[in-house]
Amino acid sequence: MVSRCSHPQPNLLMLDVSDLACRRGERLLFSDLSFQVPAETLVHVRGRNGSGKTTLLRALCGLLRADAGSIRWRGEPIRDLAEDYNRDLLYFGHLNGIKADLTGLENLRIASTLDQDPTDADAIVAALSRIGLEGFEDLPTRMLSQGQKKRVALARLILSKAPLWILDEPFTALDVDAVDLLQQLIAEQVARGGSVILTTHQEVPLTSGAIQRLTLGEASDPVSSENTESSC
Amino acid sequence: MTINWFKFASPAAFYPIAGRLIPWFGRVALALVLIGLFWGFFLTADQLGGSNPQKEYYRIIYVHVPAAWMSMWLYLVLAGWSAIGLVFNTRLSFMMAKAVAPTGAIFTFLALWTGALWGRPSWGTYWDWDPRLTSELLLFFLYIGYIALHSAIDDTRRADRAAALLAIVGLVMVPVIFLSINCPDPNQCAALHQRSDPGSIHLSILIPMLTMTLGLWSYSFAAVFARLRTIILTREADHAWVSDVIAKEATA
Amino acid sequence: MLKVFYCVLSRDITLALRRRTDVLTTLFFFIIVVSLFPLGVGSEREQLRMLGPGVVWVAALLASMLALERLFAADYDDGTLEQLLLTGQPLALLVLGKVVAHWLLTGLPLVLIAPLVAMQYHLSSTAIWVMMAALAIGTPVLSLIGAIGAALTLGLRGGGILLSLLILPLYVPVLVYGAGAVSVSAIEIADTQPYFYLLTAFLMGSSLLAPLAAAAALRISLE
Repeated sequence: MVSRCSHPQPNLLMLDVSDLACRRGERLLFSDLSFQVPAETLVHVRGRNGSGKTTLLRALCGLLRADAGSIRWRGEPIRDLAEDYNRDLLYFGHLNGIKADLTGLENLRIASTLDQDPTDADAIVAALSRIGLEGFEDLPTRMLSQGQKKRVALARLILSKAPLWILDEPFTALDVDAVDLLQQLIAEQVARGGSVILTTHQEVPLTSGAIQRLTLGEASDPVSSENTESSC
Repeated sequence: MTINWFKFASPAAFYPIAGRLIPWFGRVALALVLIGLFWGFFLTADQLGGSNPQKEYYRIIYVHVPAAWMSMWLYLVLAGWSAIGLVFNTRLSFMMAKAVAPTGAIFTFLALWTGALWGRPSWGTYWDWDPRLTSELLLFFLYIGYIALHSAIDDTRRADRAAALLAIVGLVMVPVIFLSINCPDPNQCAALHQRSDPGSIHLSILIPMLTMTLGLWSYSFAAVFARLRTIILTREADHAWVSDVIAKEATA
Repeated sequence: MLKVFYCVLSRDITLALRRRTDVLTTLFFFIIVVSLFPLGVGSEREQLRMLGPGVVWVAALLASMLALERLFAADYDDGTLEQLLLTGQPLALLVLGKVVAHWLLTGLPLVLIAPLVAMQYHLSSTAIWVMMAALAIGTPVLSLIGAIGAALTLGLRGGGILLSLLILPLYVPVLVYGAGAVSVSAIEIADTQPYFYLLTAFLMGSSLLAPLAAAAALRISLE
């Protein structure tokens, strides 16, 4: 459909999270969590294992219903936007989300068709070769190694025009080259006016834009969030 | 004047209210069931029907019919609370639905069992594929499905919502299922219209039957509230008010 | 809209064709169940002719349900289901695409093999035609209703048994009228038309409502 990201306005408020609280089972993971994500920003979510990083990202995607608080995308609650919000969003979870019986090319073609974001085969092949899978386009992905499978999934980032990326531990199982490339992709996304929210133990250098750090504390502690504006 | 119903929708507020209501519903249930049974067993006619009368054994009707009515009514209640829970996202509604399910299943089983006991002398068999018996059996399966799905899911919220959706799907399907059982041959559906309606039942039978129904209804309230209190305590275990309640009940 | 529907449909069919055994297992399950009955109840012709419609339908019910377990499970395991939920397309439409693909792969083969198994029960040629038509209208209803159960039991321990507990009672109307149509077709004067009206009504109702319910169930299960 019409991709609203083509004319990004700098410093436009994209995602507005207020008083968010999430439980898992009977355990309160975090509460009263408020933060804003403007355009050209990278939000780095940190926290110990079990502090609710994945839960937060899934709530931000709308996959999980938060127990309290609101999440607004460009001023509208994401629940009301539903599919319209999904169109502006790219989520990358723990699972790669690619079919092992399909080739890399087929996987990416289906993903882009479902996003109603017509991409021709050449662009997909170009994306796959940029991610280092040249010559593997027509192999079923089950023949690929763990890291290569992850690369197929990451090729979606190259093709994506979504203004908001939510990436859950994208750096795991990647080799040095792929880590470099991913850092580059994230920097590009921020530079062209998009936002990225990710969890990782890796530092991500940016060429332009701001980094916001969000630390999820102990289950019962209030969440502390520090903002460090840094233009590298 | 408006009452803020959402105030009572909080489990913490409802817990003491349910506690105070249980003894009252329990007493009313006991009184009405005793009256209904005494009336039905000793003060009504010895026989039912004309040319081929049913003898004393027909009196099981005073348990069978009220139990069957309650089993259907409670499924409506179950689906109703499920729908409210899904729409308004209120936790107490889901707890209510969960608390209703076992009582509904028990009444369904009771209706089936008494039906079998009644069928033996009157039809000469414990089980017959009579439309009403079959409907009741399928209702029992629906209850069991709800309970099984709820207990198979560890995450409380998913369990509540998934089972609620199942209850609503079941409710939508119930008319179609009952149609297919009552009218397996659409070429001659006349049988569907030859249903007995409460108006045709003699008053001397209807009144004790209704008394019993009210008794079982009160019992349902008491049982559901008792179960609900346990569910509330388990689910709210990490809240401060629960430890207060436990401390208070320990001293009392 | 249509493009998205077709995309999901062709995706699932491609996937199934790369793992053909799954499709064949369902088909052979159906054939085996139907073939076992005469061994259990005796092979007297009149009796088999009477039992035939019911047996074939119950076997179809079980086969369709066994196959349903896999409807969303594979996508759930590799994370593609999560991505489907976030595509920016109406989820019910995607679910409908998956269900149609599933029916083409597991339901349609049952319809086509029906004459073969019906011959084991000495059904007349009229009855065989009626059975094929009834299965063609009835089995999609089974897939549609079953999708709700498959979505609800996603990722649960013992999901298959649970699925049958939840879904089989809901299959009763299709069973009653599907088997009823075939039984009635053996009687000269009786009319099978009302049965087909009802089955078609079920198909229309369930294709409207079931994808919505299954989509809601998927959202609940993936939370």
